[in-house]
Amino acid sequence: MQTNSQAPSSHPLVRDRVDNFHGQQLIYVGWDHHTMICAPIALLVPPGLSFGELVDSLLAHSAFALHPDWPRINWAEVEWFASDQPVTPRRDTALKDQGFGHKTFLRMRTPALRGIAGSGS
Amino acid sequence: MNNTHTGQAGKKLSLKEKYALMTRGLGWDTSYEPMDKVFDQLGLEGIRIHDWDKWEDPFRLTMDAYWKYQAEKERKLYAVLDAFQQNNGHLNISDARYVNTLKLFFTGITPAEYNAHRLFAMLGRQFPGPGAAIACQMQAVDELRHVQTQIHSISQYNKYFNGLHDHSVMNDRLWYLSVPKSFFEDAISSGPFEQIIAISFALEYLLTNLVFMPFMSGAAYNGDMATVTFGFSSQSDEARHMTLGLECIKFVLEQDPGNVEIIQRYLDKWFWRGYKVLGLVSMMLDYMLPRKVMSWKEAWEIYFVQNGGSLFNDLSRYGLRMPRHWEQSVAEAEHLSHQTWNSFYNFSDAAAFHVWLPSDEDMAWLSEKYPNTFDQHYRPRIEHYRRLQAEGKRYYNPSLPMLCQTCQIPLIFTEGDDPTRTSHRETEHEGEKYHFCSDGCQEVFEQQPDKYVSAWLPAHQILQGNCFAPDADPQAAGFQAEAEVMRYFHVNPGQDNMDYEGSQDEANWRLWKGLSPDGASKAPPAA
Repeated sequence: MQTNSQAPSSHPLVRDRVDNFHGQQLIYVGWDHHTMICAPIALLVPPGLSFGELVDSLLAHSAFALHPDWPRINWAEVEWFASDQPVTPRRDTALKDQGFGHKTFLRMRTPALRGIAGSGS
Repeated sequence: MNNTHTGQAGKKLSLKEKYALMTRGLGWDTSYEPMDKVFDQLGLEGIRIHDWDKWEDPFRLTMDAYWKYQAEKERKLYAVLDAFQQNNGHLNISDARYVNTLKLFFTGITPAEYNAHRLFAMLGRQFPGPGAAIACQMQAVDELRHVQTQIHSISQYNKYFNGLHDHSVMNDRLWYLSVPKSFFEDAISSGPFEQIIAISFALEYLLTNLVFMPFMSGAAYNGDMATVTFGFSSQSDEARHMTLGLECIKFVLEQDPGNVEIIQRYLDKWFWRGYKVLGLVSMMLDYMLPRKVMSWKEAWEIYFVQNGGSLFNDLSRYGLRMPRHWEQSVAEAEHLSHQTWNSFYNFSDAAAFHVWLPSDEDMAWLSEKYPNTFDQHYRPRIEHYRRLQAEGKRYYNPSLPMLCQTCQIPLIFTEGDDPTRTSHRETEHEGEKYHFCSDGCQEVFEQQPDKYVSAWLPAHQILQGNCFAPDADPQAAGFQAEAEVMRYFHVNPGQDNMDYEGSQDEANWRLWKGLSPDGASKAPPAA
């Protein structure tokens, strides 16, 4: 353990490197204007998982599915962002093959839906 | 009694002589080893001290007087704690909901006081000036006393309320307690000058009122005499600690003009780190005290904007300015408690205290205190939660949250120009991505990335499989990962956490107070 932050350490311990996740990787997903889900969620996924499977099997069993807006989402209209830049994910392509590596933050926006009673929550 | 045969020893020393002999007179320069090897951490930060004798001790307290004062305070405190215990003082609090603020304090802050004891003991060893060293040693003993008296209060409340049975293990493991824990571990692993600026100045001088005044007034408003008495007992210590913080910063600034820039950097960092930890206090004030004292927004205005502002006004002659992003903390005061509370409502099945929905009366108070934000942004979701609870479909968040790499708080905060959009910052360091809740947290990381890349982020540790008890077997058939994580946290699901309504705490409280299930006072049974 580093005992003094001012002393340079040649081998800092990177605690969350992908090797520590036993063959899987982290993906974070957030849903803008739906702050009832208090924070973006952290998911453990196999890197070969397709984007479609991420949405259909993982998000559908996450906190997102408990939001009253979830069943109303028109998936054709959803806008996606990776590292806060617009992206167009391909449903049938693996996460790793479309640049969504370890600790990528995906943000989704549903233009027609603004949360509970339109409050952004 | 006069002791004539020892000559000199019989002479009573003046206070000035005694102070000189028992503080400055205890220091010496080493000769077998060079001073810079004995005090080997002093040069690491680039701070230059030319003359330690310029250190002024505002209290001029010597160790013998210290023991005398502290022993007197202890006698008074324990007399009150004993009386509290013998008279069932816990029955005089406003409501059993109140105890949940204590659960958060005892599991989050009490272990931090122990870390503060360690930190000041190390500082007492690291400063070569005896004035500074002795002030730090006294504070090390103070902090140990605070831990001890708080543990005695814990043991009293632990007899009657759930969630207080294992504060030190919880502090090491429980997800939200990594926020105060990592704050202190960040400080204690810094250089000595950063440590003292972080704790004595930023925390104890600039922000301590936000922790102690609302909390202690909250205890008084809610009938908790044990905590009020502890507060009074520690208050005179805190006054000394605050003075140490102020003296230290003035001393360091006056020693060398090159120190100003370093100290400003420390202030920017530790203001932001401290402000983030105080989110827990905002929730206590606005959502957890059954009888409210003041809103977080009001507390921040008085104790930070006004008091802190005039302090920085005084310090401006040394070339210091207000810490970076302080304006953001003022704008966020409209949102902080609502967003913090919502995260505990989301995850209250994984905490060690109870939550509850604000009553109509509470919501009217929140509307009045937060006219710009509460009705527009936060009331609709609380009403939604109410409808769900009435239907028996209470919402719990089943996912794990994304955490800030620096403050370790989930990304629950929103952008300044859009309170419905999560605030997120991201950087890459040596090929790894790192995420933050704010510019302030990103800047802290970028100053010392090698330190923060090793952060023990609870959500990631759970997903790496590091949060199971040694006898848990994730390969076994029917392995219940969530239940196993709770077992690792030493939290009893349903008993220590989830809603107050329907809890064992509530049932016991009703029984002791003779309340019927609908809350009305029940006539005692006829004799």
